Amino acid sequence: MPVLSANQGQIWRRRTSRTQWAIWASWLVGIAIVGYCWKLVSDRTVWFFVTDAGTQAADLASRMVPPKWSYMDVLWRPVWDTINIATLGTVLALAMAFPIAFLAARNTTPNSAVRAFALFVIVSSRSINSLIWALMLVAIIGPGIFAGVLAIGLRSIGFCAKLLYEAIEEIDAKQVEAIEATGASGGQKLIFGVIPQILPTFAGISVFRWDINIRESTVLGLVGAGGIGIQLDASISTLAWTQVSLILLVILATVVVSEWVSAKVRHAII
Amino acid sequence: MLSRAPSLKRPGRRSLRTMSETSVPSYPRSWKKPPLIANRFLRWGLWFGAAIYLSLALGTMEINWGRVAEGLPRGQRFLSAFFPPDFVSRWDSIVDGILESIWMTVIATVAGIALSVPVGLGAARNLAPTPVYLFCRAVIAISRTFPEIILAIFAVKLFGFGPFAGFLALSIATIGFYAKLLAEDIEDMDPGQAEAVKATGAGWFQWINYAVQPQVMPRMIGLSVYRLDINFRESAVVGIVGGGGIGATLLTAFDRYEFDSAAAILIIIIAIVMVLEYSSGYLRRWVQ
Amino acid sequence: MLRLEALHKRYRTGDQALKGVSLEIPDGQVLALIGPSGAGKSTLIRCINRLVEPTSGSATLGDTNLTSLSQGALRAARRRMGMIFQEYALVERLTVMENVLSGRLGYVGFWQSWFRRFPADDVQEAFRLLDRVGLMPMADKRADELSGGQRQRVGIARALIQHPELLLVDEPTASLDPKTSRQIMRLICELCSERGLAAIINIHDVLLAQMFAERIVGLRLGEVVYDGPPDGLTPEVLTDIYGEEDWEATIEAVEEDEDGDAVESAVVEKTGAA
Repeated sequence: MPVLSANQGQIWRRRTSRTQWAIWASWLVGIAIVGYCWKLVSDRTVWFFVTDAGTQAADLASRMVPPKWSYMDVLWRPVWDTINIATLGTVLALAMAFPIAFLAARNTTPNSAVRAFALFVIVSSRSINSLIWALMLVAIIGPGIFAGVLAIGLRSIGFCAKLLYEAIEEIDAKQVEAIEATGASGGQKLIFGVIPQILPTFAGISVFRWDINIRESTVLGLVGAGGIGIQLDASISTLAWTQVSLILLVILATVVVSEWVSAKVRHAII
Repeated sequence: MLSRAPSLKRPGRRSLRTMSETSVPSYPRSWKKPPLIANRFLRWGLWFGAAIYLSLALGTMEINWGRVAEGLPRGQRFLSAFFPPDFVSRWDSIVDGILESIWMTVIATVAGIALSVPVGLGAARNLAPTPVYLFCRAVIAISRTFPEIILAIFAVKLFGFGPFAGFLALSIATIGFYAKLLAEDIEDMDPGQAEAVKATGAGWFQWINYAVQPQVMPRMIGLSVYRLDINFRESAVVGIVGGGGIGATLLTAFDRYEFDSAAAILIIIIAIVMVLEYSSGYLRRWVQ
Repeated sequence: MLRLEALHKRYRTGDQALKGVSLEIPDGQVLALIGPSGAGKSTLIRCINRLVEPTSGSATLGDTNLTSLSQGALRAARRRMGMIFQEYALVERLTVMENVLSGRLGYVGFWQSWFRRFPADDVQEAFRLLDRVGLMPMADKRADELSGGQRQRVGIARALIQHPELLLVDEPTASLDPKTSRQIMRLICELCSERGLAAIINIHDVLLAQMFAERIVGLRLGEVVYDGPPDGLTPEVLTDIYGEEDWEATIEAVEEDEDGDAVESAVVEKTGAA
């Protein structure tokens, strides 16, 4: 705690002058960076459109109400597809993430080369958005739900495997040691010592990711990978704004329900 | 004591023991693990329901296996078209796109977090009066529900093409993420410390500054780097609908079947995400 | 018969945990290993079943040289050594019965253990042991629902179902209250004499060691500094093991305790684990 001696006596300061200067300097650098980025973005912005946004918004809002309720008849099937994409994609991801997590965890991996490979799979899967996965898959296997399921699956492997391998690294090593001491083989150590300890986490991760995937699968249709996004894309491009507002409401409802379900299930598990 | 008490209360045990003294004890020769769900109807009902759902879901999936089979060799060609990645021929537009993504990411993260602080304070049950609480929670719920790309579609619609729209979409998405976690963190804070500062007669802002901020700060710094990382990844997709950044370059590469350039872009994205992830882990350790 | 010859262990951090420990433990002998924290007690028993690899020296059980075994042969050898842990080390999310049956893992194959299809004889033996340690009605409970003493009884059953020749016991009472500690120690010793098992018991508590073991080995900084009967633990010897302290009270307490203990042990015989 720095205390300065001055004419009036001692003055307390929270920081020494050196740290205070360092903090000021880092603020300055931070603000400079943000300001520079802002300038570059604003250079590429047509400010006329931005200032005009208010009227645009009012115009759009007036065109969006009331939602075209009758369009709902068409939407039931896409909603069902959206849920299926999320669910099947999650199942697929979990099936693949489970072994990868064991290869990536420091305490269960066979060797460091395999671990590096597993970590690379995890990072690539996580870095690429499900929409981009969908973009590629639609190019390979054609548009449709299947591409959506695969896209969600590929995107979720990294997420699930990362959380799972962190859980595996945090298990109680003594329980595994005790199983090892009975003369158990490597595989038996996993099924008796490790898996029971991570099962609750695994269940939690599945529900958590399913909830996120519902959200993500609502937009996969924008690139042709099935689900309600297809209708959204079609309605926007035909300027059918009353349909768009209904679709947005349906997405909102689906997400709220899925969040409620996942909260309930997570509560029941833990 | 504890461990012995149950055996005293058990009536069946004594008879078991006297039996074992007189004759060969008969212990069960088989054992089954008790099922997770005790109620048999519920258990079978759940299995049955899951089976029906799966068959329905797979049945209505309408996989065009012909198309998939046809796609596999094409997929191979597609994959081989990815290799080797071509960094050279589109290098200028890749650099331009990546830089634009980075600018967008930086200002969207800063603006989003700046806006998240009031919203997050308002959405904390233990700080805000009910009307404010409900309003802030509604803001969070809406911005969380819609994926970045839908926000971007509307931002482009209203504000025109370019990075400004992407910046707005990412900022709004950041509010949904960051304000929610901030509010939850504040709700979980130690009430003892908060009370102690209040007891000194501190005003509201002083109270926030001295009691709340120190408790939530370390985690929030870590989360802001994490959100920077997410925003960068998302900036790759807002471009698909015209929100600026690397996404536009990527979409162009796909549209022109320049998969080797697309591969180069994806590799650059992965590399940047890895760097961000590594540094966020480092920063989080440093803060705590 | 277990024979340790010049066991050395140096950890990768450079800590020399064991400096040439040689011991010979005849069948059926219960040996207590005492010494301050960091003396190498845990390392010593883990070097025997090679949960920790000794740096040099040898451990021989019967006529098997444990230190030179391949992985597969080591599995088979581990079946002959039951281990009981500090803080129980039960797999908390499995049932009591699964924990006991896990002692048979060295004898069954992978898929058998995956589907929990243990041979009928093993299941029967598991029930018999659970009854012996007084936990028959707990078989279907999850291990984390049990009290500390109950968990350690499950740990004992898990070690015994291996039909070991030797028990390696690591601080069995470290997290138990004094009374439960005694019950657990008594149970271990009774079971050893019933089955003619040899045991090495690491224990902090000098009192308990003197009460239950027939032989005491004192370890300090990885070296044996005392090896003899319990009543040979004079203040001088304890000072040698643990360092300077007033040891008279400890030794007197043991003498008083033996009277009180006789009463308690009678109570336990009537109601308790037997």
